[in-house]
Amino acid sequence: MLEPDIVKDTEMEILLKDISSIYGYDFTQYSRASLKRRLNRICVIDKFTGFAELRYKLINDASYLPRFVEEITVNVTEMFRDPHFYKALRMHILPVLGTYPFIRIWIAGCATGEEAYSLAILLKEAGLYDKSLIYATDINSGALEKASKGIFPAAPMKQYAENYILSGGNEDFSSYYVSQYDWVRFHAELNTKIIFSTHNLVSDSSFNEFQLILCRNVLIYFNKELQNRVFRLFDESLQSLGYLALGTKETILFANLDHKYRQCKDEKIWKKIMHESL
Amino acid sequence: MKKNRNRTEILLIGGSAGSIGVLLNMLPHLDKTLSFPVVIVLHRKAGNENTLNTLLEAYSSLPVIEAYDKLAMYPGCVYLAPADYHLLFEDKEQIIIDLSEKINYSRPSIDVTFRSAAHIFRENTTALLLSGANNDGVEGMLSVARYGGIVLLQDPDTAEVSYMPRQALLNVKADEILKPGNMARFFNQLNTKNGDEQQQNNTRI
Repeated sequence: MLEPDIVKDTEMEILLKDISSIYGYDFTQYSRASLKRRLNRICVIDKFTGFAELRYKLINDASYLPRFVEEITVNVTEMFRDPHFYKALRMHILPVLGTYPFIRIWIAGCATGEEAYSLAILLKEAGLYDKSLIYATDINSGALEKASKGIFPAAPMKQYAENYILSGGNEDFSSYYVSQYDWVRFHAELNTKIIFSTHNLVSDSSFNEFQLILCRNVLIYFNKELQNRVFRLFDESLQSLGYLALGTKETILFANLDHKYRQCKDEKIWKKIMHESL
Repeated sequence: MKKNRNRTEILLIGGSAGSIGVLLNMLPHLDKTLSFPVVIVLHRKAGNENTLNTLLEAYSSLPVIEAYDKLAMYPGCVYLAPADYHLLFEDKEQIIIDLSEKINYSRPSIDVTFRSAAHIFRENTTALLLSGANNDGVEGMLSVARYGGIVLLQDPDTAEVSYMPRQALLNVKADEILKPGNMARFFNQLNTKNGDEQQQNNTRI
């Protein structure tokens, strides 16, 4: 059901300032239209009668903050979402990455980890997993905890298996996990090369250099100024000739960096072709 | 027309099962110089990326663009909500998309887009709900009505699947009930760029 109208625009601004000044989480550059829906939604699911009550809880109960961050951010994700994208990774990008002695990949905004496991499967099937390291980060520590367990609801597995086949997968998708009632557990070997860690794209800096950065359906929640900050962060974190992958409805065309990147075919994958210093 | 204070700044069209035929009937007849953008939200299956866009574009007198993140809207253009994303308005010029939970089992959801438009465009919103088998759209139409926008429904007797417009009819006071053949003419009357100007534009082109 559609969320009711509870929080007003001016109230939202007050709340964002509070959270930023008290806890250091800065949501002020998030897209307002999406954020407002999340605030109204959290009032419903956590049964706040209004803005004042929500604000009181946030200001006076620090233990509520992780819950707030978890629900205010969107954590909808799936395995092998947009199979054509994974097919492009499989066919065009991984063979290039395979020429490096060691592969470092950053998944920025990994939510509950479905993309990280999808990528681990791709790397395994390409014979590259053992020389790869996937850094999967998110602002949301609750989501990361779920991700690191490798346990997912069973219901969407049929869809994921279809996605997997469309992405060019030839194995039996169910061979990657064991089913337990309504849940499946992915084999532990699939996350031995994944490092799950918190990272806030709004405030944290670059922490390594990568050959591939995936940030899909995260930037849609940011306004253009924040997007540009994040693009600079990715640019600093991407080695020359590395790849940046975005969601199917996202683009770097609005960023001031597009002259340094060349889009790969029709996919939302850009190759870094130029260094600032050159 | 009932509302003199409405000066349409956005035209919303929502539809589900049985609505594409109505669009293909209407889109060829819209004025090429509409003074507002048109945003279409249709329930459809994810995948098959551009086929619907291409189909509508082939029939439409106006350019049809599948919306993407932070897209700037212009009058006289038709924007289609992308499959598997919600479409919202950040302000009067900017579309944003979002991957939050489905609403009424739908993403894109008509309710989400219509509600967002009503917040931003207020009484200058005009919304039409077409044929469909689902409850989506009713809440959105209520929001449009609450802000004083124009609420339009496809005549359920002309709808391939009448459930959606009938649900709206039960819950919202509609300003007009339209048959598919009359929709384009109705929208062209909302156009504030007058005919002379159009004529001039046409000869200039």
